[in-house]
Amino acid sequence: MASEAHAETLALREQFDTAAQQKDVATLGMWIFLITEVMFFGGMFLAYTVYRSSYPNVFARASSSINVYYGALNTVVLICSSFTMVLAVRGAQLGKRITTIVFLGLTLFLGLVFLGVKAFEWGEKFHEHHVPGPGFHLAGVPPGLQGQAQLFFSLYFAMTGLHALHMVVGAGLVITMMWLTYKGRFTAEYMTPIDITGLYWHFVDIIWIFLFPLLYLVDRHMGK
Amino acid sequence: MTQHIDSVKTYALVFIALVFLTLLTTAVAYVDLGPFSPVVALAIATAKMLLVALFFMHVRHSTQLTRLVVTGGLLWLAILIFLTLADFGTRGWLGVPGR
Repeated sequence: MASEAHAETLALREQFDTAAQQKDVATLGMWIFLITEVMFFGGMFLAYTVYRSSYPNVFARASSSINVYYGALNTVVLICSSFTMVLAVRGAQLGKRITTIVFLGLTLFLGLVFLGVKAFEWGEKFHEHHVPGPGFHLAGVPPGLQGQAQLFFSLYFAMTGLHALHMVVGAGLVITMMWLTYKGRFTAEYMTPIDITGLYWHFVDIIWIFLFPLLYLVDRHMGK
Repeated sequence: MTQHIDSVKTYALVFIALVFLTLLTTAVAYVDLGPFSPVVALAIATAKMLLVALFFMHVRHSTQLTRLVVTGGLLWLAILIFLTLADFGTRGWLGVPGR
């Protein structure tokens, strides 16, 4: 039982009774962190909802001005990256090093594609004078209401920006996991860090799953 | 907890469903559903979230405690959203005396 000392391994540290218990603890800890992230992003989603209901017409106009194709493309790219990530985790569960590294590499590549499209999209915003600040102008919105349009784009940049920052962190984690897998640190018995990285990556995907319809799609039928 | 390893087929089906729902939500955005537009968009997004959480994040194989934490977290998010919107939505209902 628990009182007996056991030899310490990566899969079973001294303070745990069984490897399964250690794994459950790590998973639970990550979920608690993810819940704090849910509340963090939730505040921004809430601010967006409040302002959107306060200024529905200008927000509909501003929302329809952003390019839906970039948004939809990036959604598909992120879903593909979640698929490759889950296959990387599966590879790690089976103890297949090469499979894990290949799918982590694909995940990293798709994550970078997402960030590339995002950078391109933001670049267009600068050319179109849709970045909040002096020189901001959104066509079709009366001069007195330009401030409301700036509010939309402030929220747009804050929310997509923080999401992109999470993607950069995720890319760093994936690179680290590729390196550790290459070094042979993980086995079928111990691959918790890859599992946890997967949880983080899928969480960032879920945030985008909500950002895409709320920023790009709602009111699309009213625009143009 | 014994480790569950899902088949590639399961993951592929979830992946196809997610891509389909993305295309669906994009297409339906161009249809005028009036006040139901955000409702439909959020319903599809929630369905996608559940697919990712249950299958890709293995919540369906996770311990009761983890599930409790996940549902509890979403409950707190619901409180945050509900009470704030209850405030903003009803502010104009009663006039302020003397104004």
